[in-house]
Amino acid sequence: MKKQQYINNEYLLEMNNIHKSFGSVEVLKGVDFGLKGGEVHVLAGENGAGKSTLMKILCGIHTADQGVIKRNGEIVNFKKVADSARHGISMIHQELSMIKELSIVDNIFLGQEITRFKFFNNPKEQEKKTTAILNKLNINIDCRRKVEEFAVSTQQMFEIAKALTFDAQIIIMDEPTSALNKPEAERLFDLIAELKSAGHAIVYISHKMDEIYRLADKITVLRDGEFIISSAASELPENKLVAALVGRELNQQYPNRTTKVGSDFFTVKNYSVEKKYGHGKLVDNISFSLKKGEILGIAGLEGSGNHELFYSLFGAYGINNSGNVVMDGRKLKIKNPKNSIEHNNMMLLTHDRKGDGLILDMSIQENTSLASMKRFSNKLTFMNKQKERKTAELFQNKMNIKCSSVNQCVGELSGGNQQKVVLAKCLETNPQVLLLDEPTRGVDVGAKKEIYDLMNQCTDAGISIILITSEMSELLAMSDRILVMHLGEITRELAKNEATPENVLAAAMGKVI
Amino acid sequence: MGLGAYFNGDGAFFNWDTHRDTLRAISVYGMLSCAMTLVIITGGIDLSVGSLLALSSVTFSLLTLHHSIPVPFAIAACLFAGVLCGGTSGVLISKFKVQPFIATLAMMVFARGIAKFISGSKKISTYVKQGDEYVNIEMPKIFDFLNSRILNDNLSIVTIIMVVCIIICFILINKMRYGRQLFAIGGNENAAKISGVPVNLVKVITYALSGFFCAIAGICQAAQEYQGDPEAGVSYELTAIAMVVIGGTSLNGGRGSILWTLIGILTMGYLEKILSINAVGEDKRLILTGIIIVGAVLFQKRKN
Repeated sequence: MKKQQYINNEYLLEMNNIHKSFGSVEVLKGVDFGLKGGEVHVLAGENGAGKSTLMKILCGIHTADQGVIKRNGEIVNFKKVADSARHGISMIHQELSMIKELSIVDNIFLGQEITRFKFFNNPKEQEKKTTAILNKLNINIDCRRKVEEFAVSTQQMFEIAKALTFDAQIIIMDEPTSALNKPEAERLFDLIAELKSAGHAIVYISHKMDEIYRLADKITVLRDGEFIISSAASELPENKLVAALVGRELNQQYPNRTTKVGSDFFTVKNYSVEKKYGHGKLVDNISFSLKKGEILGIAGLEGSGNHELFYSLFGAYGINNSGNVVMDGRKLKIKNPKNSIEHNNMMLLTHDRKGDGLILDMSIQENTSLASMKRFSNKLTFMNKQKERKTAELFQNKMNIKCSSVNQCVGELSGGNQQKVVLAKCLETNPQVLLLDEPTRGVDVGAKKEIYDLMNQCTDAGISIILITSEMSELLAMSDRILVMHLGEITRELAKNEATPENVLAAAMGKVI
Repeated sequence: MGLGAYFNGDGAFFNWDTHRDTLRAISVYGMLSCAMTLVIITGGIDLSVGSLLALSSVTFSLLTLHHSIPVPFAIAACLFAGVLCGGTSGVLISKFKVQPFIATLAMMVFARGIAKFISGSKKISTYVKQGDEYVNIEMPKIFDFLNSRILNDNLSIVTIIMVVCIIICFILINKMRYGRQLFAIGGNENAAKISGVPVNLVKVITYALSGFFCAIAGICQAAQEYQGDPEAGVSYELTAIAMVVIGGTSLNGGRGSILWTLIGILTMGYLEKILSINAVGEDKRLILTGIIIVGAVLFQKRKN
């Protein structure tokens, strides 16, 4: 990596008094932000605090209504992404922006192709450069392969490779680890350290506390579009940061589990799931049982088969499974999601809220009743909208869903509120077994706490929960018992008091004890 | 409407007969647009509506004129044929995952072929061969009935049928579970599936319903023309799509409304009428129609 010349105290970039409104909503209310070379600057804030908007202004996707951006002391004006790219700014988006059908190299050079005679692409040169960058990232694959062939986490690494290809001096990473597993995240952190020492500046947006303190040199906190504090990481301890984030002191992030756990309620025996395409098993002969009112955590890195286990138990992964599933003494037939909801009393909250969780064009009310429409319609299938609205309003109050009314489109809500709507939909089906797949992904601190409280209320009401989460502290705090999966098999079962981040991770990486 | 009042074609616009005829002319298109609205809300498309109309119109004429089958049975047969063809498209699309464009394109060609096959590629009219000579047989009453007007000749029966179709669609879409499921599938098929919506079934029903409305349109078409023409309804699918799109229903699915489709139907119908009573040639009418479609869609976009 080329050593940048200026590692000094001058700001590489300054943003002063940035204002931005979308329609009548003021998203940024005069935010200041300064970035120095060789620093990892964490930008923290709850969902809807304006972090992403600020960064989109910085890389030219949005333009500020008011305010000044200075690059190396000179005022600049970014009207489009190409403008900011010219000034060495590159952003790695939270949602992947790769075009799946194109090759890795084509994606990396998309829009900024190396050309011959200004007209013809120069694929050889592009491939050479891409391969060099990928090697640096320890990815040894043919860059002419299509992006869709790779796991989401690998795709994320391609995004990073893209930023590096253009030798961006300022790299913005918007929750880059949300799709990465632990070893991949580690690789990313090593890379960030390397970039830092080469004089690059990194803006890092994250919700994960351990990441923040591991990486940050400086932390800036936004709340509701306002600048709250900017301080060296060493001078901003965790409790103060949380206080700044939420505007109030949170003594305890996780509520205590007080539910009295009953006897075995849901048993899975010798369960296997075949791959949909190709041969092999995603889940290989696993057995476990779930007690009434229990939260059973399932840990696993990417490829462990835990997501597929959920989809399969819920009947959303075809019927290529084998084994016995028994609920309350009754052997279950797994057919399809409809059958699982109506006859097996199960419900799945998926890890991909926008992909298969919500219908963004529909209202809160319509999403809430979506999975239990039968109960909101009469024999002639006419909908009872009155009843629907009342139920949605009940959930709105109970879950503290922030919205103008239950008729608001869920697409307009923040991530945390969207997630609450999904949860409302799940609960409205009156499940006895609730499969929660990453229930707090992309959700801010305050809403997370509320979701944990809701989980406790559910188990108090006798619902049994199986929980998949990639956040270790959440897994340890919320689970009564933890199963660890690795490559489709259960490698370890841990009681709450014996589970530590170390032994969970070790088992997840395949260390059988 | 304002445009019509201004360019009133020497007062023709102020004559109710003009409106009656406009409404009559758009009725068949309106029924097809009902079918199209349902399909487009799911994010699909149905290119076969014009051909299904022809098939139904030929079947109806054949059964009533040549085979003297009682009218109720003939109607039932047409509706059955429509539902069967539409349902077949639906099964191809949902079960076999054929893209709607392709499945209904195939159905469009196939149904046209069947229409020509059963009619011998001839128009089916009252002019029939009996023995060695051609005679004009008597027209069954149903043709005249469908083609008649009520309220002192002020409202065509076919217009009433269109309105009934629209009301049925309105209830289906806005009041019933089925409608909610349509929007759910169009909005996010994966989420709908996870939430227990029987996606495949709803799709089959939707295309079958589309075939049903096409069959009704075909019967009306036969009555209006006093014959079953296997060449009828060519490019009607495009008119129907235009009407739906002018109404602001998104081709991506998940958004749409039958009442806005009605506005689309009226817009297209009146545009045609206003231009023709002002003696604008067909060439210019087509040019203007193209512009209006784009204008209406841009207007809708801005509103969102």
